[in-house]
Amino acid sequence: MGSSMKLKTVIPTMMLAMCCFAAQAETLSVDIELPRIDVAEYHRPYVAIWIANQDRTVAANLNVWYQQEDGPEGEGETWLKDMRQWWRRSGRSLELPIDGVSGATKVPGTHTLVFSETSDQLSSLVAGEYVLCVEAAREVGGREILRLPFKWKSGQAQTTSVTGETELGEITLKIES
Amino acid sequence: MKFGLRPLLLAAVLGAVAVPSAQAHRMWILPSTFTLSGDEQTITVDGAISNDLFFPNHVAMNLENITISAPDGTTSKPQNGWEGEIRSTFDLKLDEQGTYKIAEEGGFYFARWEEEGEEKRTRGNWERLEKLGLLEKPDVKLMYAGRRAETFVTLGAPTQHVFKPTGEGVEMVPVTHPNDLYQGEEASFKFLIDGAPVIDQAITIVKGNDRYRDIVGEFKVKTDAEGIVSFTPEEPGRYWLQTRAQKPGEAQGRKMMLMSTYSATFEVLTP
Repeated sequence: MGSSMKLKTVIPTMMLAMCCFAAQAETLSVDIELPRIDVAEYHRPYVAIWIANQDRTVAANLNVWYQQEDGPEGEGETWLKDMRQWWRRSGRSLELPIDGVSGATKVPGTHTLVFSETSDQLSSLVAGEYVLCVEAAREVGGREILRLPFKWKSGQAQTTSVTGETELGEITLKIES
Repeated sequence: MKFGLRPLLLAAVLGAVAVPSAQAHRMWILPSTFTLSGDEQTITVDGAISNDLFFPNHVAMNLENITISAPDGTTSKPQNGWEGEIRSTFDLKLDEQGTYKIAEEGGFYFARWEEEGEEKRTRGNWERLEKLGLLEKPDVKLMYAGRRAETFVTLGAPTQHVFKPTGEGVEMVPVTHPNDLYQGEEASFKFLIDGAPVIDQAITIVKGNDRYRDIVGEFKVKTDAEGIVSFTPEEPGRYWLQTRAQKPGEAQGRKMMLMSTYSATFEVLTP
């Protein structure tokens, strides 16, 4: 993209940034908006939030929100497979629940997750390019998956967001030092 | 008309021939769900021989011929079975993680002979042909037609145990797991006859709901040198696959033509 002239001016700043930030731990935060959906039969969505490698394999599971207690409609884990991408890439090979990853379903609104570099979820994530995936599936409802590419341990602060059309509202990813 | 498969790819790579065939009786087993999560789940399974996929409109499946293989290889018979005129149904409780196989297996003997210059034919089990005295007829021509209709259901992560071939007739051994098929991704299955890879074997694939299409959209793809067919489903949905082979052989101590038909039902998901 940039010309060599541009590159020359960027490199020193980047190196400066890297030298100063390298020692500092990075923090990844995600804002997830669950829209209010006006339907005859509403169930809170099941949501999976994970970090995918470039080849779509799973690098880290951040959170999975689902009904962990068996209810009158049966086993809560019954609908996990409706988060099709997550189920295929990770869920079906996991022993659930996972401490710190499994969580209860959430009400409409914005929910924020914050993970430090030393958290269980991210401690083994090496520097590189990844994709944050957020997948929501709702009983008697639809399914939507959103993806946000990002760089981990690049020494640069990043803020990106994407807005869903049906099951998910605005998803914002922030990497800060 | 959008086909379930990518016609160009099939034509170029696999030498496919679109067959605008007449409606045929197709045997199928259809589970209510193919992919499940949790510790224990129950599905309902339909079985029929019909023209349209997957709408019963001809003959019910005989539940006595159905065997369910659990992920660990143990077998069981259908529970809560019911046989109607045009459809059979039963329940399957899955309480073991992995892939289950539901299979209908059976076969008929066919006899063809001449009586007073007229050609006669009948079919049935061996005992029936014996009772009719057909086996003693000097000019009788015999054939055995065996069939195997299968489908696969997975609770949790897919496993491979149920794909162990028996070495008899036509069998399918997946390269891509049949509960791991996605729209736009290439899928591959290997076909065996009597345990050995079968080369240049035509496999017919049809997407369900042909009732709502003017063109059936039936495709024939051929196995390669390793007995493998590859195809890329362009649409999610339920599919049906069939292949048939015959060769001279021996059964019940008699020389006869042996025919073997394999069919399977599988689901393709959106990624």
